[in-house]
Amino acid sequence: MSELKLMKGNEALAEAAIRCGVDAYFGYPITPQTEVIEYLMTEQPEKRTGMVVLQAESELAAINMVYGAASTGKRVMTSSSSPGISLKLEGISYLAGAELPAVIVNVVRGGPGLGTIQPSQADYFQSVKGGGHGDYKLYVLAPSSVQEMSDFVEDAFDIAFKYRAPVLILSDGLIGQMMEKVNLKDQKERMSNKELIEKYGSWATTGKTKNRERNIITSLDLQSEKMEARVHRLMKKYEQMEKEDLRYEKILCDDAEYLIVAYGSSARISQKAVELAREKGIKVGLLRPITLFPFPKKQLFELANQVKGILSVELNTGQMVEDVRLSVEFKVPVEHFGRTGGIIHTPEEILEALEQKIIK
Amino acid sequence: MAKVKGAIVVDTETCKGCEVCIPVCPENVISMSTEVNRKGYHYAYMSNPEVCTGCTNCGIVCPDRAISVYRVKVSA
Amino acid sequence: MDVLDIIKPENQVFCKTKLMTDTPLSYCPGCGHGTAHNLTMEVIDEMGIVEDTIGVAPVGCSVLAYDFMNIDMTQAAHGRAPAVATAISRCWPEKYVFTYQGDGDLAAIGTAETIHACNRGENIVIIFVNNGIYGMTGGQMAPTTLEGMKSSTSPYGREIATMGSPLKMTELIANLPGVYYVTRQAVHTHKHARKAKKAIRKAFENIKLKKGISFVEIVSNCNSGWKMTPNDANVWMEENMFPYFQLGDIKVDGKLK
Repeated sequence: MSELKLMKGNEALAEAAIRCGVDAYFGYPITPQTEVIEYLMTEQPEKRTGMVVLQAESELAAINMVYGAASTGKRVMTSSSSPGISLKLEGISYLAGAELPAVIVNVVRGGPGLGTIQPSQADYFQSVKGGGHGDYKLYVLAPSSVQEMSDFVEDAFDIAFKYRAPVLILSDGLIGQMMEKVNLKDQKERMSNKELIEKYGSWATTGKTKNRERNIITSLDLQSEKMEARVHRLMKKYEQMEKEDLRYEKILCDDAEYLIVAYGSSARISQKAVELAREKGIKVGLLRPITLFPFPKKQLFELANQVKGILSVELNTGQMVEDVRLSVEFKVPVEHFGRTGGIIHTPEEILEALEQKIIK
Repeated sequence: MAKVKGAIVVDTETCKGCEVCIPVCPENVISMSTEVNRKGYHYAYMSNPEVCTGCTNCGIVCPDRAISVYRVKVSA
Repeated sequence: MDVLDIIKPENQVFCKTKLMTDTPLSYCPGCGHGTAHNLTMEVIDEMGIVEDTIGVAPVGCSVLAYDFMNIDMTQAAHGRAPAVATAISRCWPEKYVFTYQGDGDLAAIGTAETIHACNRGENIVIIFVNNGIYGMTGGQMAPTTLEGMKSSTSPYGREIATMGSPLKMTELIANLPGVYYVTRQAVHTHKHARKAKKAIRKAFENIKLKKGISFVEIVSNCNSGWKMTPNDANVWMEENMFPYFQLGDIKVDGKLK
């Protein structure tokens, strides 16, 4: 039986972390996601489940704490917003290289630099094209509701441990701050140390017992052949993610003549724009990528056979639009629309952009 | 009073010829060989084996633990 | 008595601990890292705690510490070992968690992580090998490089006016209430090495007390970086490093000495 509550996105995420048996959260205050750590500190989950909550001295320290706990097989996460995620990118690269399961949440705000505290979607490149150095990718989940902020925590950990890889939940300030009804899942027990050692003892650094060789967690491989093998091993994971764990949503695409592609809060607003367009007799559909990596390339390629033009709607100056263009391989015109600076585009603005840039 | 006699065994391929063992030996047992090992290092050896007491000073300062130390009691 | 009679297995009184692997150490001849590694592993072996010990390796000359220490180890990004160790210790409160760091790792890039782990009083051991130079990258100036000391980035000697004074990180963190035991040791002679081993043992035993950080600084040579022979480097260290980085206990049982 689940529990229905009215909650802020950030708080729903925090509560979901406690309920799905997360072992530790390490974070640092930054607007617009500080509620995550504030909620956790107030809830005192060490009394509910023994979950560790620690405010680190910086985002940098927090991601390295995540790295430490993850190297021992614990379920561990951190959250921040854009400038703080930039600080974490070194650690994220290390997590990927050392093949550690962990969840990082980015509640995106306007950038670059110190930027604004209002929502944006300008971290798409950072999230999906690497961000940190080296040959790696992040599995990226983009919630577009408070319900998804809650549900995606457990989903993210399932992926993280399935692949021994870091997972990013890419939210934004609007989703993080808004309040909606959310069905909270039942409390799951945290994994016991005994169970953890049974499941992950082949790689986790929990203390070398007599029955095995020592476990080493590292992303360093000074011998080129070993480094190449390591990176190929990572790439195989990402190929498998693309095959097995792609997620997207199609809304009114079956008879669509035009297509909007949007994720997160832009998808919510675009849904309304689709409604308004349909009232005017414009047959437009919405493709909402739920995972940004893997990206619904095949689905877009197929839709490009059907529609006359595609509008990528993002709260930025044009980032996902490049992947949309790549996916449709120039079969149809692809344009971008989006407000920036923390301004949220309205359904009417999206419809106007569709009419002016795509339908003409 | 029982005396002790000691001896060291130097893993000549591990020894890097750093000579840190020499100043800590109270009996001047150790010298560096004129031979070199596979890596080109002159290795340590007992040039005065009769006076070694097996005190383990050399063993404990050797960064590479190339030295194993032995000691046996002998009646005076 | 023949040497062959003496070197029988039953007469062995000293050998390499089984908690060091067979991999040849990559450190320069005479480098204190080798001794520091071995002393630490000897302590863990003698305490019988290998099954509950998790080490955190730094970036620096000892980046490959996990190739030599036969225990579970995690590689940390440069300077971040105290944060990594914090999380391991918080999630596994009964484990013996230690970091093993150099002077660049702990006192330059890792300054914040060092200070805050110490301030929080994490239940970990920090082993700090201070040789006043960046060895791995070829001998650059470190926060602990002495005034006037030459390095590849202070080729005319460290100049206080433009480069600051050598940083006494150990004294800084000793003042924090979360720090329980602070000591400065050396490993270049048998006397120093035996004292250092006792200090490392005390540090690991402190973990059971859950009273906070145990911080063991080991002032070491870097004969390659200092461009001397190992024995000359050890003499130079005694004459120059020890007057500034004074050996001995700085804080015991939570009280400054």
